[in-house]
Amino acid sequence: MCLGIPGQVVETVDAENYLAKVDVSGVRRTISVRLLADTGLKDGDWVLVHVGFAMARIDEEEAATTLAQLQKMGSEYDNELEQFSSTSL
Amino acid sequence: MKFVDEFRDPAAARALVRTITELATEDEYKFMEVCGGHTHTIYRHGLEHILPDNIELVHGPGCPVCVIPMGRIDDAIWLAQQEGVIFTTFGDMMRVPGSTGSLLDAKARGADCRFVYSPLDALKIAMENPTKHVVFFAVGFETTAPSTAVTLVRAKQLGVTNFSVFANHVTIVPPIKAILDSPDLRLSGFLGPGHVSTVVGTRPYRFVPEVYGKPMVVAGFEPLDILQSVQMLLKQMAEDRCEVENQYSRVVRPEGNPQALQLLNETMELRPHFEWRGLGFISQSALKVHRDFAEWDAEERFSMPGIRVADPKACQCGEVLKGVIKPWECKVFGTACTPETPIGTCMVSPEGACAAYYNFGRLHRDTAIMVGERAAL
Ligand code: SF4
Repeated sequence: MCLGIPGQVVETVDAENYLAKVDVSGVRRTISVRLLADTGLKDGDWVLVHVGFAMARIDEEEAATTLAQLQKMGSEYDNELEQFSSTSL
Repeated sequence: MKFVDEFRDPAAARALVRTITELATEDEYKFMEVCGGHTHTIYRHGLEHILPDNIELVHGPGCPVCVIPMGRIDDAIWLAQQEGVIFTTFGDMMRVPGSTGSLLDAKARGADCRFVYSPLDALKIAMENPTKHVVFFAVGFETTAPSTAVTLVRAKQLGVTNFSVFANHVTIVPPIKAILDSPDLRLSGFLGPGHVSTVVGTRPYRFVPEVYGKPMVVAGFEPLDILQSVQMLLKQMAEDRCEVENQYSRVVRPEGNPQALQLLNETMELRPHFEWRGLGFISQSALKVHRDFAEWDAEERFSMPGIRVADPKACQCGEVLKGVIKPWECKVFGTACTPETPIGTCMVSPEGACAAYYNFGRLHRDTAIMVGERAAL
């Protein structure tokens, strides 16, 4: 449940409401970036996504390592990704 | 060899195991990993078998699904059964047994229970169903609580009044303290939680070395992170240091996430006490919705039964959560209690020690023993 999955910010959807679109392994959805509001987050940056929120900034290398680790988890990662893409804000 | 696929850098892993073996000169070390994510990594990669025999990894209480007591599940089910309520929560919570079954069972009996990925999804359901009342069953440590906080702020901002939160957020420091105060267990040190610390930072753990004289290393989730953190703990002990160190500094900042902490302060307040499954009542260990947000507090809007229910007799989740017994030492482990038919919470979430051990624990023993021998060469 505490899984954080790495995503890359691809588009600011609604700056006023802190919504941005992130790409997680090719799956895109809108998440809240409210928790990183004062960190100057911009398109192309990598974040850890948890329950629809960007919870921490990470660099590209960390994103790749974490992703590789998650993919080894198999079904749980698939579930997380499925949930990630199954709903939209 | 399996080991090679499992680790990003097998050479680094071998080198770490070698240093760990050299540093671990005492007869016995017991390190507790507080976080369920770590438990998962440890079992999945068979780390306990790679480490030398005198190092034991003890699993802690940091699985948010595991620590919710039965009475709270019963309250959740009661809420889900109220007329006009759409009850929403994270997937794992749906399967946690209450005294009369789980939320999934309630759903089968006709209650409108829905999985959501995010609390914001629950808010969206409320906006789409203005004639219904949507309750979000919020669980999680400080990792997850800020997302509930943002959702509360958003609900207020948008004036969504058919939405409320049944808050069961817990905080990480009090259970660590409770475990340190309990006479059951003699720990040598802690692997500190990774993602919780992205929010709270590393400062709140200072009491662990300062008051209890135990080292703590905040650790990442990769197998290599865990091995490195164990090495850092041993190094502190060998050098007669005792402090909080941060192995996961690539993600965790000492000050945490001030933005998230501020939102938590605005939207939630500490409960005087909260019951944890197996650990009993711990004071100031959980968050409730702040009185400024009372309109969005399910506990204010509904009069839930709030009955305290004892854990099933057969269930030893309490001992597992305190690290007093290993999952397989529970009498019902793998027989009456399996991930398909959980009796206790630790079998429900993939981060629960029982589920993690059931799923992977036994797989790795042979490979890991082989690797352990190779690393020792
Ligand atoms: S085996 Fe089941 S009942 Fe026993 S401690 Fe684990 S989850 Fe609890």
